[in-house]
Amino acid sequence: MKQGTIKQILLITDGCSNEGEDPVAMAALAKEQGVTVNVIGVMKNDTIDEQGMKEIESIAEQGGGVSQVVYTEMLSQTVQMVTRKAMTQTLQGVVNRELKQILGSETEMEDLPPEKRGEVFEVVEELNDTVNLDVLILVDTSASMKYKLPTVKEALLDLSLSLNARTGNNRFSVFVFPGKKQFVNKLMDWTPNLDTLPSIFSKLSSGGMTPTGPAIKEALRHFTKKRSIRGLLTANGDEYFEESV
Amino acid sequence: MAMNTLKSPFNIPNGRCIEGKWHKNRYKIQKELGRGANGVVYLAEWKGRKVAVKISDNHLTITSETNVLKALSKAQGIALGPSLLDVDDWEIGSRKFSFYAMEYIEGEHFLQFIKRKGMVWLDILILQLLSDLQSLHERGWIFGDLKPDNLIVTPLPVKIRCIDVGGTTAIGRSIKEFTEFFDRGYWGLGSRRAEPSYDLFSVAMIIVNAYYPDRFPKKIGGIQQLQKMIVQKNGLHKYEPILLRALTGKYHQAKEMRLDLLTFGQKKIKKNQPSRPLKAKVPSNPPQSKQKRTAGWLETIFIFLIISLFYSLYIFGQIG
Ligand SMILES: Nc1ncnc2c1ncn2[C@@H]1O[C@H](COP(=O)(O)OP(=O)(O)OP(=O)(O)O)[C@@H](O)[C@H]1O
Repeated sequence: MKQGTIKQILLITDGCSNEGEDPVAMAALAKEQGVTVNVIGVMKNDTIDEQGMKEIESIAEQGGGVSQVVYTEMLSQTVQMVTRKAMTQTLQGVVNRELKQILGSETEMEDLPPEKRGEVFEVVEELNDTVNLDVLILVDTSASMKYKLPTVKEALLDLSLSLNARTGNNRFSVFVFPGKKQFVNKLMDWTPNLDTLPSIFSKLSSGGMTPTGPAIKEALRHFTKKRSIRGLLTANGDEYFEESV
Repeated sequence: MAMNTLKSPFNIPNGRCIEGKWHKNRYKIQKELGRGANGVVYLAEWKGRKVAVKISDNHLTITSETNVLKALSKAQGIALGPSLLDVDDWEIGSRKFSFYAMEYIEGEHFLQFIKRKGMVWLDILILQLLSDLQSLHERGWIFGDLKPDNLIVTPLPVKIRCIDVGGTTAIGRSIKEFTEFFDRGYWGLGSRRAEPSYDLFSVAMIIVNAYYPDRFPKKIGGIQQLQKMIVQKNGLHKYEPILLRALTGKYHQAKEMRLDLLTFGQKKIKKNQPSRPLKAKVPSNPPQSKQKRTAGWLETIFIFLIISLFYSLYIFGQIG
């Protein structure tokens, strides 16, 4: 049985970026490096600005991930649903690539008759449960997010509860932006459980800029740092799913 | 603009026919039954027969749910979920949909039924549900997203049925879909690993929901809050021992909870029988209250008889 690792960035934000690189471009870069970018847009009391919404969708689209805009109260369920959907999507991509190899150039799961599709899906489900998962959570802590942070924290604990019921291993890391001196601050390095999320998390708040692009870029560096040696060994950089020995 | 950016909403007008790409079956849409995060369910006509058709633009949802329905239908004679009739794709212009046709379960939603027919039915329906869950668990599945909205009561014979198998998960995996109020993880009372006690927690919360139709928000969470809500509610209070066991994962099998619920019904009767303390008090009580008490006692006996009658009918139905 092969063991792989899925890599995701989960961006939680409530609005538009206004500083540094284009976040959509940074998401495209992430995708090229085998990291999916998912975005959750936390709605400001009933109003949703078109521009922010568009950015949220574009980042996920470019990043090969899933996006969802929600009210604060719905956050817990959404965070875990988005993460799972994105996992399934990634795994389906992997399975599709294998199908193409076995069955010829243009065959995807959707092209199979429903009965065969069911069998292939069992493989996806199995992988979904056993695959290892690295999620880097990137939280916007700009002033307007201030009151939402306790809920974000709860949603993250809930996410680790859900994912830790799987057979595969999970690693989480938490970054917040904007940082005091830099664009982004690392709050927690890779850990199997989010229970240890520092309590200062709920009280974080920083004014001014929203450097979403630079934050994604920095998050990506955190992934590649760990993988630099292995990255040199695998010529094929565009795999979303990395097989390890 | 919808809040949900995962799906693009679609509407199929009544009277429209959809034809499967692979099996060429034709379904005539009659009306929309409901829609959720993963698709729309329509009532449709197929070969003069009423069927329910679930349509989604995400073929993974359809594949996943039909896999479960197929596995469930292998379990013969057990009709927990709707039976699966057909799986196919429907292409219209450049849009592609996947769908499956299933048995149309005609009835009333669980809470509505209880509201209309009375609390007497709560125990009966829960007993039915628990024996269905027992067989589901024995086949290696956990229902997952168990909640009143997913329970339909069919009339004559009154029977509880589950719809929406989207959350049904193989034992040992992590629960696929859940609803916070009925999820033990949300209340801080256990993991989201698929095991029988996960479903039994939800069953307990369904009983709680019957007495709190509007549900209630999590405050401190944990067993403290739930116990408080149970004890302070008339009628619900009497279930306390069973609910506490289910909520804290003490039942490992549905049949254990079922047995407790059954024998508890009988115990209740014994308690209310006019035993010594009651007799001793009679002389000092005004006649009116005595009458009331006898009436209450008769009522309990009557309810008990009705429950046993329905129950034996149910058992009989199961055997027959
Ligand atoms: N087999 C069936 N027979 C009769 N009615 C059905 C059947 N299946 C579904 N329905 C009706 O359609 C509604 C929507 O069903 P469905 O289970 O797809 O979605 P949901 O529970 O609302 O949400 P989700 O897709 O997010 O799980 C149900 O609440 C029910 O009223």
